[in-house]
Amino acid sequence: MLSRVANTLYWMVRNVERADNLSRLIDVNQQLLLDFESLDSERLRGFWAPIIQSLGEEEAFETLYDEPGSSQVIRFLSDDTRNPNSIASCIAQARENARTIRDQLSDELWEELNSLYLFTRSTEASFLIESNPPKYYESIRRGAATFLGVAASTMARNEAWEFIDIGRQLERADKTTRFLDITSYLPKTAEDEITSPGILHWTAILRSCGAMGAFRSDQREISARGVVDFLIFSPEFPRSIRFCIERLDASLHKVSGTPRGTFSNESERIAGKLLADINFSSTDDVFKEGLHGYLDGLQTKFNAIGAEIFETYVLLPERVTEAPPEPERVKSAVAGWQFEQQQQQRNKAQP
Amino acid sequence: MAIFEGYDPGGFHDEMFAGSGEVRPYCAPLLNKMDNLSEREFLDRKAASELYFVRQGITFNVYHDNRGMERIFPFDPVPRVIPANEWELLEAGLTQRIIALNLFLHDIYHDQQILKDGVIPRHYIENAKHYRPEFRGVDVPADIYIHICGSDMIKGKDGTYYVLEDNGRCPSGASYLLENRNALKRAFPDIFHTLGVRPVDSYPRDLLNMLHHISPRREADPVCVLLTPGCYNSAYFEHCYLAREMGIEIVEGKDLVVKDNFVYMRTTHGLVRVDVIYRRIDDDFIDPTVFRKDSVLGVPGLMNAYRAGHVALANAVGTGVADDKVTYYFVPRMIEYYLGQKPILPNVPTYLASEEADLKFILGHLPELVVKAANESGGYGMLMGPSATKEEIEVFREKIIADPRNYIAQPVVSLSRCPTWCDGAIEGRHIDLRPYIIYGDEVKIVPGGLTRVALTKGSLVVNSSQGGGSKDTWVLR
Repeated sequence: MLSRVANTLYWMVRNVERADNLSRLIDVNQQLLLDFESLDSERLRGFWAPIIQSLGEEEAFETLYDEPGSSQVIRFLSDDTRNPNSIASCIAQARENARTIRDQLSDELWEELNSLYLFTRSTEASFLIESNPPKYYESIRRGAATFLGVAASTMARNEAWEFIDIGRQLERADKTTRFLDITSYLPKTAEDEITSPGILHWTAILRSCGAMGAFRSDQREISARGVVDFLIFSPEFPRSIRFCIERLDASLHKVSGTPRGTFSNESERIAGKLLADINFSSTDDVFKEGLHGYLDGLQTKFNAIGAEIFETYVLLPERVTEAPPEPERVKSAVAGWQFEQQQQQRNKAQP
Repeated sequence: MAIFEGYDPGGFHDEMFAGSGEVRPYCAPLLNKMDNLSEREFLDRKAASELYFVRQGITFNVYHDNRGMERIFPFDPVPRVIPANEWELLEAGLTQRIIALNLFLHDIYHDQQILKDGVIPRHYIENAKHYRPEFRGVDVPADIYIHICGSDMIKGKDGTYYVLEDNGRCPSGASYLLENRNALKRAFPDIFHTLGVRPVDSYPRDLLNMLHHISPRREADPVCVLLTPGCYNSAYFEHCYLAREMGIEIVEGKDLVVKDNFVYMRTTHGLVRVDVIYRRIDDDFIDPTVFRKDSVLGVPGLMNAYRAGHVALANAVGTGVADDKVTYYFVPRMIEYYLGQKPILPNVPTYLASEEADLKFILGHLPELVVKAANESGGYGMLMGPSATKEEIEVFREKIIADPRNYIAQPVVSLSRCPTWCDGAIEGRHIDLRPYIIYGDEVKIVPGGLTRVALTKGSLVVNSSQGGGSKDTWVLR
């Protein structure tokens, strides 16, 4: 398949997945707020700041807003088109991705994404954010889920599908680490480390991942150890990091045709190594290293995998350099791609 | 109330009614069905077809609209019907025309016999804006230059078809022809069953067969691609649509590289050789090393690969000279010169401003004439004499005197009309017809074409850029 198409499919799904995860995160935390008895503005700041930080968005937020109150944060992350990583921006970007490769998508799939986009642009959507936020986030989640469902039931399981899956797994794994990482930014209290962040926060993280039910049937008590174990190491839960990387590794090998357990390019090497590492690690290793440091390490590897996929399948550096006698123009095509890549990546800078 | 009640053909040639209230026999079943619908029912079905367009995103791009909304190409649900005998005539005439045009292009890019014999004055061709002297002597696959032609047809007051112009570069609109049919099938499935309407769905297959036919590589399955300027082009929907219907890749300039005079596309598994390019980019932008240096849409080195015969282009480079409205003037002569036949389809009478006698006539009759720039399309660069103001006429007079080579003039042809839904009632509106002619191992014309309709009352301008819409076109068995 065309390199450009592979790249676009990958970003299309990452953008949808990102919007989906953001809507979960905001929705859950907004409801979590309701459990706190009284919050002055200082405590509100303490509540929202970690969320912005874990997403790596403090700088972008501060340039646009003075006050990290609930309504500002919600606007910033939901329908503020000045924020290229808001839900509305992600959906618009995904829809733009889809538009450029419409010939590759089923009509139903396009229609689904198009209508989700039209929703984010509607007055209904801005009205809901004000008056009934859970309904807004539900519509986004429903739209994203339908999109993925339609993709799963209308797309051939060919290379295009693998690139879609690669984008989805990578984005999903990344967001799970960011949900977990929120705890690292919570203000430390005098209480002991395990209770702060407390049960409420760990519950919120599970719910952000839609993992409550699955977690309960697996473990009984909500604890830091239990949640970290489940969301990083569960071999069965579809948003656990292990699950995502397992799928990612499988898709990468399907694309290249290389047997699993071996590698033919850097993305496969890093993904395989990471998978083996996760397979043979335990929660103890995580806490020994420190949760924040561990998650940070994972995010760096996810980024490296993404960059290597781009190098291998989109830029084809060795094949481009041996190609044509028009070096300038080739350089500019490559530069163009890199520019697009940076545009898509720009707000994924690491905290 | 029946929606056709009180319909008035208004003294024009009407596609559905022979005289006032007298339906043409082949339209009678259609009229019966439609007239039995209540207005409410009719509007419901119209809405159903429009919804189809919106949901499918069959839209024009509207630039700089930050709400990102796209516009649908206005679609009128009353079809235009062409009986079998009329279609036979069109088919024969258009086939004759595309064959002659291709012989002409081959000739002027090789021996130039027609110029040597003085049938067409040499200066007209060599001064044509889109003539490409650098391609003289270059052989193109199967000697075909115009592979896809969209010749615009109009019907005059007496019901005669005239050729208005030939679009031999990258004619667009075929996707609307196909989607109009899909939409109408949804809106009026019951009408369709009974009338014997010929299907149009062979178009993508014919197009692909033609691309295969011109492949320079015979030993392998040819790799065909559609080259688009990108998703911001107003016809991007069509590019995607046709590529998908043909099952070929749609590529942008940056997806292609030229290496040792072969063209390759960049894929996730390395470079793949490309044999045939259905290009939807004009000559000017296709190769920045040869044509416009500032173009970022094209493929550097493509022309070298093309000259070397390693890749085929549809349409070929240099066909724009056939779109020139001055060249158009000479097409009937080409038919006689190359084929020894009388032209089956007449041109609209045309005056060349660069011929002294014609110029005199044009300048003396500007308020009665339509003046057109030789190389504009989309309804731009036109003067509609009868509806123009004095100032507009004087502006054109100056332009014509300054550059007579660039202007032709024609008497106003009163285009035929077709009943059309106009915000509350069925009224007559002027139409034209763009059939799509494909020239591969044989000439194929999909039965029908894109009927464009001037939605503005009284207007003769059907271009979508000027407020036109379209209709489904039914060719009967």
